[in-house]
Amino acid sequence: MNMIKNKAAEREEIEALLPWHAAGTLSRRDAQKVEQALESDADLAIQYSTVQQDLVETIGLNESLGAPSARAMQKLMADIEADASTARRARSSFNLGEWLSERLSSFSPRTLAWSATAAALAVVLQAGLLAGMFMSERQGGDFHTASVQTDQAIKGGTYALIRFAPEAATGDVNKLLENYKIAIVDGPSGGGVYTVRLAMTGMPKEELARTVKKLQDESVVRFIGPKPTE
Amino acid sequence: MQTTSDEALIGRIAAGDKLAMQVLFARHHVRVYRFVLRLVGEPSRAEDLISEVFLDVWRQADRFEARSQVSTWLLAIARYKALSALRKRPDEELDDETAQAIEDQSDDPEIAMQKKDTSDILRKCLTKLSAEHREIVDLVYYHEKSVEEVAKIVGVPENTVKTRMFYARKRLGELLKAAGVERGWP
Repeated sequence: MNMIKNKAAEREEIEALLPWHAAGTLSRRDAQKVEQALESDADLAIQYSTVQQDLVETIGLNESLGAPSARAMQKLMADIEADASTARRARSSFNLGEWLSERLSSFSPRTLAWSATAAALAVVLQAGLLAGMFMSERQGGDFHTASVQTDQAIKGGTYALIRFAPEAATGDVNKLLENYKIAIVDGPSGGGVYTVRLAMTGMPKEELARTVKKLQDESVVRFIGPKPTE
Repeated sequence: MQTTSDEALIGRIAAGDKLAMQVLFARHHVRVYRFVLRLVGEPSRAEDLISEVFLDVWRQADRFEARSQVSTWLLAIARYKALSALRKRPDEELDDETAQAIEDQSDDPEIAMQKKDTSDILRKCLTKLSAEHREIVDLVYYHEKSVEEVAKIVGVPENTVKTRMFYARKRLGELLKAAGVERGWP
């Protein structure tokens, strides 16, 4: 009695698997079980042929439904552009080097020539900055760099050394530069320090201190200090 | 030619790669669209929904754990979106009545029978299945999903998947019988 029940349950199980056998999505073990049952059970074989018909027509029916228009992709890409997570990811993958090269590409050849000079002395500059920061902390006074003069070509303006916060988004940095009407003219050094031009002419000492202080308070600025003049 | 796996694309999407997003969309959007269309019945609505599906992928790519295929994940999101959209319209609940309402109403099985074409009749009968049955038939036959994957997409136990498919086939057989097509089963 139990054997008959077991056989019936087994057959039901095989019957239930026929659609997946037709679709080819059964495990090898299950597929073998179904194959064996089909060989010895004529009724099951009839069922299987109906399953195969159903499969063919279901595919035909779905294929006849057509495809979405290009609007779907356009909408998706527009939504992605507007999505908050896109901006978040852009921030996290902010590449200062790439961003800077975009900026520098718009500069004049003369300006670009500074890069070569600055790059050669970047290590010295960085060491100077670190020493300056160290001295500043020890003395509790204003920030001064101990760098050597690397800016032979930077004349006739007011310059500062700046390092942006690592989490700063490109858009935020651009906004800051626009708001303060300042331009990056060099960098980054190994320590991620850029030289920015604060004004085309020499700024009075008090005004420079105020500007630096205001910039220091900006969230995208990690630190800023006046660039020593010749 | 070497192709990038769906899983690799998801990894790139998680890093913010929009080109990878476009590739994934190109690979899967037609099938996802057809799956959604069969659920909601309106092409323009299905188009909007697939954009939402892929936007969710964009947002959640970093949470994809590769326990299932990417296509299974897509269909699960698509199903959720489609059902949510139907729920927003109380007159479009996903029940048998709704299924009748969103089916192809061009011919009923009797008229189709006059075409003396079993293939046509079978297709008509497939559209007459309830949404629940139609969904599972599509997932198994057209989307080639295993029992386990269907269970993940629909959110029911694997045994329920097998039983539901069995009853879907049985119902299809009854519809065919009513349309004059005798296949020897059920």
